[in-house]
Amino acid sequence: MTVLLFTIIVLLGAFAAGLLGSLTGLGGGVIIIPLLTLVLGVDIHYAIGASIISVIATSTGSAAAYVKEGITNIRIGMFLEVATTISAVIGAVVTVFIDPGYIAVLFGLILLMSALMMLKKKANHVDLETSGHIANFFKLNGSYPTESGEIKRYTVHNVAGGFAMMFVAGTISGLLGIGSGALKVIAMDNIMKIPFKVSTTTSNFMMGVTAAASAVVYLHRGQIDPGIAMPVSLGVLLGATVGSKILVRTNSDRLKIIFAVVVAFLAVQMIYNGVSGRFS
Amino acid sequence: MKRVTKHFFADKDIQVILGTLLRVGVIVSMTVIFVGGLLYLLHHEEQLVDYHVFNSLQQEYSSISSILLGLSRFNAKAIIQFGILLLIFTPVARVVFSVFSFIIERDYLYVIIGLLVFGIILFSLSNRLVH
Repeated sequence: MTVLLFTIIVLLGAFAAGLLGSLTGLGGGVIIIPLLTLVLGVDIHYAIGASIISVIATSTGSAAAYVKEGITNIRIGMFLEVATTISAVIGAVVTVFIDPGYIAVLFGLILLMSALMMLKKKANHVDLETSGHIANFFKLNGSYPTESGEIKRYTVHNVAGGFAMMFVAGTISGLLGIGSGALKVIAMDNIMKIPFKVSTTTSNFMMGVTAAASAVVYLHRGQIDPGIAMPVSLGVLLGATVGSKILVRTNSDRLKIIFAVVVAFLAVQMIYNGVSGRFS
Repeated sequence: MKRVTKHFFADKDIQVILGTLLRVGVIVSMTVIFVGGLLYLLHHEEQLVDYHVFNSLQQEYSSISSILLGLSRFNAKAIIQFGILLLIFTPVARVVFSVFSFIIERDYLYVIIGLLVFGIILFSLSNRLVH
């Protein structure tokens, strides 16, 4: 395959990945890695390197918009970044020593989990009554403006549990080159009981720094190839930008079901190919 | 109560600056990647790609110094890698900016937390982890 043809295919695939990723909130990495490895036969280590660059591009782009709205809790983000950056670096260092087949299987399992979480109705677990000592000490409790303009207060719970879960999320992000937004949402929504508007924007805000920490390791190892990273990052960002513009006009529930089926299919493919040794 | 509102507005200003910083970083780095990409296609269009097996030594632009060296020679691949570096540094610059904003707010606990995050990234930049 020539460089020109490869670039065009990856550019189109990355555009589709970015578009679907932003419409469903899953992120582009989940499609781009199967596309590169299963369809184009790219080694998974190159695919991981290119994917992490697209994670930085899309999460930083949308964080720019969210931060201005004042919903993002910068303190929660900074505090939990301590866990995610340390573990992302560990994950990125360890990833080349693991059999690529296992990485593909792990990737497939995370994909399946993300697909299930996407279909689950999001519920707010906010309770203003109790707040732990750690949350008070680190000033994590906050408030955010709702659409009607009123300021809503919230408190943060089980900080230690959330911090531990973020450590897992960062490790997965470093191992697989994805944003692992699904795990971050588990940590913030389910464990720390942060309202989901705050948790989704804050998780997005953290993703850039987490991904940057492992991207540096990948770069030094030669996993970031300009010929792959260029069309991947441009395509995904363009797709995500278009996706954020049409988000309001489409029926996202139906789209989510279709996308969940696609993601589940990719997940099974990754697991099957991983087990059958195609990656090794 | 007055104190609380004042604090909220100070945070609000910081958030607007932060948002602008992130946006500019993405636009600039993507423009560099795009320009490098055009040059790359112009020079390598007919070349065949081979990404089937990962080889750590195959990549010539895998450190900041080699990227800057290639950039001074207008090498297309080095320009793309430089754009990628700018993109990686955008969220890192955000951490540094946050540290300064916490200094202004006299929130020293978060100055330390911010420096800790920055230190972890610097440590991974030190290039000792993979060689």
